[in-house]
Amino acid sequence: MEKTWYPEGVERCGLGKFMGWLGIWAVVGLLGVLSMLWVFYRGIGVTGLDNYFGFGLWITFDLAVIALGAGAFFTGLIRYIIGLDELKNIINLTVIKGFLCYSGAMLILSLDVGQPLRAWFGYWHPNVHSMLTEVIFCITCYLLVLIIEYVPLILEQKQLNKIPFLHNLAHQMHVVMPLFAGIGAFLSTFHQGSLGGMYGVMFARPYAFREGFFIWPWTFFLFVLSAIASGPCLTVLICGFMEKLSGRKLTTYRIKSLMAKIGGTMLLIYTVFKYLDTWAWINGVLPKAGLTFDQMFYGLVYGKWLFFTEIVLCLLVPVVFLLTPLRKKPAFMYSGAFLACVGVVINRYVFTVQALAQPVLPFTKWEIYTPNWAEWLTSFMVIAYGFIVMSLSYRYLPIFPQEVGLNKK
Amino acid sequence: MSGHSKEFPITWGMVIDIDKCTGCGACMASCQTENNIEPQPEASNKLRSTSWMLVYELTNDKAFPDHDIAFLPRPCQQCGNPPCVSVCPVVATDKNEDGGIVSQVYPRCIGCRYCVAACPYHVRYFGWYDPVWPEGMEKTLSPLTSVRPRGVVEKCSFCHHRWNLAKDAARASGKNPDNLDDGAYVTACVQNCPSGALSFGDLKNPKHKVHELIKNPNAFRLLQRLGTNTQVYYISRREWVRKLGDNYLKSE
Repeated sequence: MEKTWYPEGVERCGLGKFMGWLGIWAVVGLLGVLSMLWVFYRGIGVTGLDNYFGFGLWITFDLAVIALGAGAFFTGLIRYIIGLDELKNIINLTVIKGFLCYSGAMLILSLDVGQPLRAWFGYWHPNVHSMLTEVIFCITCYLLVLIIEYVPLILEQKQLNKIPFLHNLAHQMHVVMPLFAGIGAFLSTFHQGSLGGMYGVMFARPYAFREGFFIWPWTFFLFVLSAIASGPCLTVLICGFMEKLSGRKLTTYRIKSLMAKIGGTMLLIYTVFKYLDTWAWINGVLPKAGLTFDQMFYGLVYGKWLFFTEIVLCLLVPVVFLLTPLRKKPAFMYSGAFLACVGVVINRYVFTVQALAQPVLPFTKWEIYTPNWAEWLTSFMVIAYGFIVMSLSYRYLPIFPQEVGLNKK
Repeated sequence: MSGHSKEFPITWGMVIDIDKCTGCGACMASCQTENNIEPQPEASNKLRSTSWMLVYELTNDKAFPDHDIAFLPRPCQQCGNPPCVSVCPVVATDKNEDGGIVSQVYPRCIGCRYCVAACPYHVRYFGWYDPVWPEGMEKTLSPLTSVRPRGVVEKCSFCHHRWNLAKDAARASGKNPDNLDDGAYVTACVQNCPSGALSFGDLKNPKHKVHELIKNPNAFRLLQRLGTNTQVYYISRREWVRKLGDNYLKSE
């Protein structure tokens, strides 16, 4: 009976095995839900955050998943607006990934604000000068776009699609999809940028502050670039992981390689600007504030090793792996994509936590921030939610147009 | 990129003579009482405890006999160009009324803590838990200052309610509420400082003592090279103390 829900012509593992897999993630998710309820009940005093670190793991997590989720809008832009038709074979995966990343981030944000019931104030009392206002606008609107992009995929499920109304609805939604891809690209570009802008405008935090163009600090553009570089890379990693897990080919290597090449190209552009920015930061922003490069680092958790890991190991190395013939070898392509993703996570971490840890007042000292169980469990809850929704989507929805053809015996 | 300072005809400011401060903490205690800061059940974690006025201990890091210390009381610096205001997504904090005091609107704050991140002076405090006054202690609550729910950011307001009271008193006695006498409006910390280290007044009013004090050659402000243009001034005759007011390169 359950088999009649599978997409046409594909094979899936037994129901028992699938339920076991879901069960593991359900346990992780349940622990997260309990922590979430506890946070809502007691307040965020139960976390490891404090008055020195108003931002911590949650904001790092949000920024990282939003950057990594950028594959959705960027792939949509290339597929629908620029017209690279080959990407139709992986676009569905990027849409689901984007939806998961953004909805997960929204969930975490609802925990992170002290007064979640006032979250709508961003619309009611907007401060047009705040980058965060722009982020609130764009993230909420873009989540709606992602839902609009995800719904037709659900409606294409074999049994649902037999209902004429749903079939027609899905068709009509597909017809207007380029419009939503365009809106999504616009919204997503702006909030990726504004997330970077959020840090760049903090002129009294020399670790994060950047000069810029008109009202946008350079971090605005750097965050956009790093997101569209790492987003496609995560899509490649997820696709490869799903293939490994299911034992089935889901897209051709050529498609994954194309995505990796797109990510690598963006990473190269990002690398050039990131190096220029870093140079200007070391020689401009810091001396102007009376600080030196060495004063921006401390101990192990805020050490220089993070800096060099980010801008050498996670920028130059993946650029070489992803933009040279090395990409033809899966080991290089996947490790290149992995490093690019790690790089963006480090970037979001240092801008969120290290920027606050760095003592600006000369008579204060470096403080260490350690996230506690409440922050970890809720973050893992979002990861579990991602695994569960992606597993269900893979099992029942026709995500990969090439799957049937690639797995013919 | 970093905004502009607004000018106000009345600009309330504080001048703190570090050399007179004994570090007794009376300013902190009086601030907590005046402003209904919740009694903190466990205040050993200094990164979690709330103290709108906080006294820092400074040291010159030298060994005896050259060792020296100083105490630096730190209220909200009421920046002329506040890093916290432009970042707030919901205009819960603003600098738009006379007096140049950076306001904090508790019923509007959503608790995102972006202002906490933007402020380099650490003057902003978050309500981590529901505030609880143990039985009997609710009698200490002042009716003049709003209490805050958990989940919002709070900070020093230069005892703004006292300004309203001073203006009312001036009106009642037929005086101009926009030209208060020196001392007619002072904050709780200034009033209770036993060593006279803290002075308060309108920085632009020549009749007020602070107007002269800020011209003292030993006066300085914290982190001025960042462009915050604060309304709190410090005075110290000791050079090492003055040097700790900002970051300097070795060549400077």
